[in-house]
Amino acid sequence: MEALFGKTLNELTALALELGLPKFTGKQMAEWLYQKDIRSIEEMTNLSKKNRELLSSKYEFGLVDSTKVQESIDGTKKYLFPTVKGKFVETAMIPDDERKTVCVSSQVGCKMGCLFCMTGKQGFQGQLTAGEIVNQIRNIPEWHEVTNIVYMGMGEPFDNLEEVLKSLEILTSEWGFAMSPRRITVSTIGIVPGMVTFLNQSEAHLAVSMHTPFDDERQRLMPVQVAYPLAEVIREIKSWDFGRQRRVSFEYIVFKGLNDSPRHVQELCKILNGIKCRINLIRFHPIPGTPLEGTDENTLQRFKELLNGKGILTTIRASRGQDIYAACGLLSTKEMLG
Amino acid sequence: MPKAEEYKNKPIELSEVTITQNQEISPEVHLISWKRTHDFVPGQVVKITLDPAVPPRIYSVCSGNDDQEISVLFNVKEDGILTPRLSDVIPGMKILVTKPYGSFKDGKKPAWWIATGTGIAPFYSMFRSGISENKTLIHGVRHLNQFYFEDELEWAMGARYIRCCSQEQSCDTFPGRVTKYLEELNELPTNINYYLCGKALMVVEVRDLLISRGIPYENILAEIYF
Repeated sequence: MEALFGKTLNELTALALELGLPKFTGKQMAEWLYQKDIRSIEEMTNLSKKNRELLSSKYEFGLVDSTKVQESIDGTKKYLFPTVKGKFVETAMIPDDERKTVCVSSQVGCKMGCLFCMTGKQGFQGQLTAGEIVNQIRNIPEWHEVTNIVYMGMGEPFDNLEEVLKSLEILTSEWGFAMSPRRITVSTIGIVPGMVTFLNQSEAHLAVSMHTPFDDERQRLMPVQVAYPLAEVIREIKSWDFGRQRRVSFEYIVFKGLNDSPRHVQELCKILNGIKCRINLIRFHPIPGTPLEGTDENTLQRFKELLNGKGILTTIRASRGQDIYAACGLLSTKEMLG
Repeated sequence: MPKAEEYKNKPIELSEVTITQNQEISPEVHLISWKRTHDFVPGQVVKITLDPAVPPRIYSVCSGNDDQEISVLFNVKEDGILTPRLSDVIPGMKILVTKPYGSFKDGKKPAWWIATGTGIAPFYSMFRSGISENKTLIHGVRHLNQFYFEDELEWAMGARYIRCCSQEQSCDTFPGRVTKYLEELNELPTNINYYLCGKALMVVEVRDLLISRGIPYENILAEIYF
């Protein structure tokens, strides 16, 4: 049966009219779906019993429960949600003082094949619907406390653009979760056409996975470099006016002896010149079979200082949930393999 | 969000070209060509669209750099935006293309080229451009009629052209996937380059296998079709 959860206001209004219900039923349903703590059509009590029965005969509410939860000693939780054909996606809830950030997946598996990524080892299994994306927020116990959302879980968001944009609409609309887009960050490997549409249609922050400023190195880490070279991604970003509120950041996993040298700092400064941005340095936690190693703490700090010294705001992302396979893709791969 | 003032109305650099050939070389697999307007390096890609309002898709060039035409090879995806329409183009029709670009390039060093399906395209371009002398080409497909350009490759490359077929058998093909073929080899050269082209899972599996057999990851270059 088709799910109501994941539909936009326009879609809900259209289906209400199709069923012969009043137009305003669309808005009522949206509020029940995205703003209240109910789990069934039967609980939509400002709809008449007859209309609820009619809706229930065609649709289901559509929340999908997680099948596994792991909790780290640092409070990070990882939820495993079932999806198509016995596959799973992972969602991380990361508490940090007053903030609770949810890291959502946008695809089942991934097509991008990055050398350092566990999700890529599953190959591509399928797209998530907007409902399955938003379900990862709505259907965790902390959903009322969520302050920030990052699209940095499994999959490449701009390879599932339509559903990702729909999920952003649900999250940021007044009739939906009514979250500020400034509390949402979508991370991409640099799929340029998708990035352009996103910049046009959403106000959420953008993060780009860079990992090295040099083409030949990036190509060996990230096959996408062949199709969408970093230079093209940066050229496109430079052509947009991000204003004061919207943020663009670059994700940079620091690998030992690969991308942690002063030469890399110099090149980063060169290619990012003219972009108001920040760099997030990420510690690498090895995945099975990888030939890569994370850089040591001293080099990481020095790298950060050098970049900050050159005027590029650079932070080191705190590693969270290391004891619960927090690296994206590990848990779902383990579950998929049984 | 607005574009910065100086970039407003700047179009993607697409130019119109005229189709000279559309050949269905295997069921639902087409090779389309147009007169070459730019030089390119074998292994590079072009972006193609039929409508400026639709974001272009990326295809590997599948012709040699001495050929008069540029060709691309593609599978028709039933639910695709572009390929069903592209499969219907006829000579004389116009399409929009970018200049070839990209860094999936091979040189003089010995190398293994490993492809599945239409991932053969960049390697066929390299072959047509005369850089196949010290290369080994391994092509994996499901069905025997998917060994595109088989006669030409077999004639020129002989035993350095290895065909793996996972769902049909013949006397001159390896029965199984490319990964199985590689697994069964006792030794893999570690001091050469490996070029991989195809879908994500094949690329990731082959790359992992090569790394586990001692090939430095720096020697592995991949292009993924997505």
